[in-house]
Amino acid sequence: MVELTTLAARDSYGRLLALLFAVTSDVAAAEDALADAFERAVRTWPERGTPGNPDGWLLTVARNRLRDRWRSADLRRVVPLEESRDAPAHLDELDVDAIPDRRLELMLVCAHPAIDPAVHTPLMLNTVLGFTAGQIGRAFSTPGATMATRLVRAKRRIKAAGIPFRLPDRGDLPGRMTAVLEAVYGAYAIDATGEALHLAGVLTELAPDEPEAHGLAALMQLSAARAEARTDGDGRFVPLGEQDPARWDRELIERAHRHLRRAHACGRLGRFQLEAAIQAVHCVRPANWRSLLALHEVLDSVAPSLGASVAHAVVVAEVEGAAAGLARLDALAGDRFQPARAARAHLLERLGRVGEAVTAYRMAIELTSDPAERDYLKERLVRLDG
Amino acid sequence: MRYAILMHYGEPADGELAEETITEARRQFDIYAKALEQAGVLVSADVLQPVLATTTVTRRDGELRVQDGPFAETKEVLAGIFLVDVADLDAAIGWAGTCPGAQWGTIEVRPVATAFLDGRWSN
Repeated sequence: MVELTTLAARDSYGRLLALLFAVTSDVAAAEDALADAFERAVRTWPERGTPGNPDGWLLTVARNRLRDRWRSADLRRVVPLEESRDAPAHLDELDVDAIPDRRLELMLVCAHPAIDPAVHTPLMLNTVLGFTAGQIGRAFSTPGATMATRLVRAKRRIKAAGIPFRLPDRGDLPGRMTAVLEAVYGAYAIDATGEALHLAGVLTELAPDEPEAHGLAALMQLSAARAEARTDGDGRFVPLGEQDPARWDRELIERAHRHLRRAHACGRLGRFQLEAAIQAVHCVRPANWRSLLALHEVLDSVAPSLGASVAHAVVVAEVEGAAAGLARLDALAGDRFQPARAARAHLLERLGRVGEAVTAYRMAIELTSDPAERDYLKERLVRLDG
Repeated sequence: MRYAILMHYGEPADGELAEETITEARRQFDIYAKALEQAGVLVSADVLQPVLATTTVTRRDGELRVQDGPFAETKEVLAGIFLVDVADLDAAIGWAGTCPGAQWGTIEVRPVATAFLDGRWSN
């Protein structure tokens, strides 16, 4: 497979794969055909020039590949074909001049409840964005061959189990969208920030009336807006409260606010909107802790999670004092949860319980994988322990 | 596509279920089967005898071996099979979800690979 390097190429890939998949209901065959088309484009376009309708060109080549495959004697020998089921009759219905965007259906297939949730994000990165199994494997710290096997299995399952390529009924859509949103969020958590932000943006265009899609886009944008400011010039970790707002990406923050306004207009609250609202408040100085507390209380009732509870405890510490925050933290079951451990160390330090804080910092350091944050925690420990 | 809706559940011991419970389950299965039939998706519906009545047969080692008991000893056993013909997995999952057996057991939804219809294998 040709390695895709631009978001535009990834957009083409996802759109075309969705269409080819829709008419063949065979992801693997659609992928092979599309890979052939991209390879041919890389070979011939530099010499002959880019065609006027590049996507139409790619779709035509891929469609012909699928037709050839259908006709090939090899395939006929191996698998007895059923005319009504396998004939690519729908191939003729593909209009290369009017290419619709059916990536939402493709994303819904990737995040279908009948597919292992652990594969949702990899499958989406692979089919919607055209990442190779090797690239996805690296992002998930999994050998490329293992990731390839998982993807192949999931694609075989899509075909064999009869997972449909269509929008679910209105009643089922919100539940199914949740899995899609979580898979997109999963892409952000790994090393594909730009692509994940783009994917979230695409999702808001495909499902403009889904408030949580806007909430997710806003959440990711607000987080990405502060990514630069999380480390100083020397690569040292800077906690949120000490970050220089001048280093935040104002344009991203503004885009996030637009998404939040769109979400609000839909009139249905959800986890991602609340998390985004919390991040939006964090982007205002001085911090309005009372607003944060109110938002956290709603988030706890809408979508309780360990991560949100830890953040809630930290906000409680700001409003009601470190002791109240610590009591909240200690009521959680987060022994091996890094954010809980780090927050506990800070609060113990603020309460002047030095001995316990030293132990807590050591535990937090042990659980911290980000090198910059680990160095930061070590520094705090040294300052405290001498 | 044809799907087998396979019901698995633990078998109640003799006398474990009250007569009303059994009557109620029968009533629900009756409603369910009629709903499948009315929707035009029902191929067949069979509720199986308890595992006590099952016999396992194999020629895997060359010779015919007939054994008392199920293929595998498990807590939940295959208890019934509904065969339906629907558009896709979402439709099959929809029917599996309303199957009475789902209230006290687990339903497995498995697509049929090939079926013998009108004197030949379908594909």
